[in-house]
Amino acid sequence: MNILLSPSSGEPIYLQIVRQVRGSILQGELTPGTPLPSIRQLAKDLQISVITTKRAYNELEQEGLIDSVVGKGSFVSGGNQEFIREQRLRLLEDKIRELLEECRNIPIDVEELVEWIRLVEKEGGHNR
Amino acid sequence: MNAVEIRNVSKSYKNYKLSNVSFQVPNGYITGLIGPNGAGKSTIIKSIMGMVIPDQGDISVLGQPIDSERADYKEQIGYISDENIYYDYLTLAEMKKIVAPFYSNWDEDLYLKYMDIFELPARKKIKECSKGMKTKFSIALALSHHPKLLIMDEPTAGLDPVFRRELLELLADYILDERNTILFSTHLTTDLDRVADYVTFVNRGQLVFSEAKDEVLDRYLIVKGGRELLDGDIRKEFVGLRETGVGFEGLSRDRDRVVSLFGNDVMYQTPTLEEIMYYTAKGGIKHV
Repeated sequence: MNILLSPSSGEPIYLQIVRQVRGSILQGELTPGTPLPSIRQLAKDLQISVITTKRAYNELEQEGLIDSVVGKGSFVSGGNQEFIREQRLRLLEDKIRELLEECRNIPIDVEELVEWIRLVEKEGGHNR
Repeated sequence: MNAVEIRNVSKSYKNYKLSNVSFQVPNGYITGLIGPNGAGKSTIIKSIMGMVIPDQGDISVLGQPIDSERADYKEQIGYISDENIYYDYLTLAEMKKIVAPFYSNWDEDLYLKYMDIFELPARKKIKECSKGMKTKFSIALALSHHPKLLIMDEPTAGLDPVFRRELLELLADYILDERNTILFSTHLTTDLDRVADYVTFVNRGQLVFSEAKDEVLDRYLIVKGGRELLDGDIRKEFVGLRETGVGFEGLSRDRDRVVSLFGNDVMYQTPTLEEIMYYTAKGGIKHV
């Protein structure tokens, strides 16, 4: 997992961490049980404060994405596959909203978009 | 627990007064002590080190009230002064021989390791050393007795950016151990923007705030906008304001309030510690 911070982006540092760790978990790059760096190690590596790092981990814990065990550190949560699926669907929904907005801007109507999606699917779909 | 507790400390000099300052340095974190030159940072640090006796107030270090008659609490402190506190005519090695015996847990191997990392010539006389070398030497001495508390008075002043980055790396290493604490005074706040956990801000001998840096940065807000938006009442909303022919820039200490006041008519920006210090120290002085 990589975490890349941009202090001048306007997004608070702790949220940048939350977003990137969450992304790695939701995309399956970090699997349940994977240990995360300790709070102090991550603070050192990112050259940020311990409190900022703690805040990011607390947030991830509240979202149910990681578990912290006293004395052992933090791990990617295992028991919450349903939740992770829900989160991924929510991210997908955001993308759909974006897509719909772009459609309104061009403009093309939703029927046309749906047809287009089917067409792309038929051509072999995903770009990987 | 707090590594340092300062309660109602006052100290008067002929032209200068530190007034009733109270704050804590929490254990296990980096606290930055900021303020313009002459704000009282060095007086506070020297009081903690027992080098200045306050007129009033109490100071505790690592759970013990300090007593100017006893110096043993300093064994636990690594102190880096902003002045040259060593004998100029000695070499680094000779100076080390004087300092080391004061510390029961002096670690000669660690000292040699730092001398090596910092590329310090042991046989060079202190008066022949550059400012940067002297600071590195102070840091080597301060860290070589495994202090629980590292107190640094303007350690980065006069250092080049390369070593400043290295120093921050060293501090991050030191604070990996959660039993360690750092108190770091500086007027170069960019050093602290990222690594500091807590910030204590003094201005003209008084405490402005002492709290978690993230909370400070959540509360303060820089507002930039057109001058037509300003009037007498609006000006009072700002801690400090800079007005020019092409607009204004102001610092507010109440994010929610200014956002509800200005809505989408202005630009907002999270301040740096330097901006908070600048606007607070300057107050409402106009720049034309």
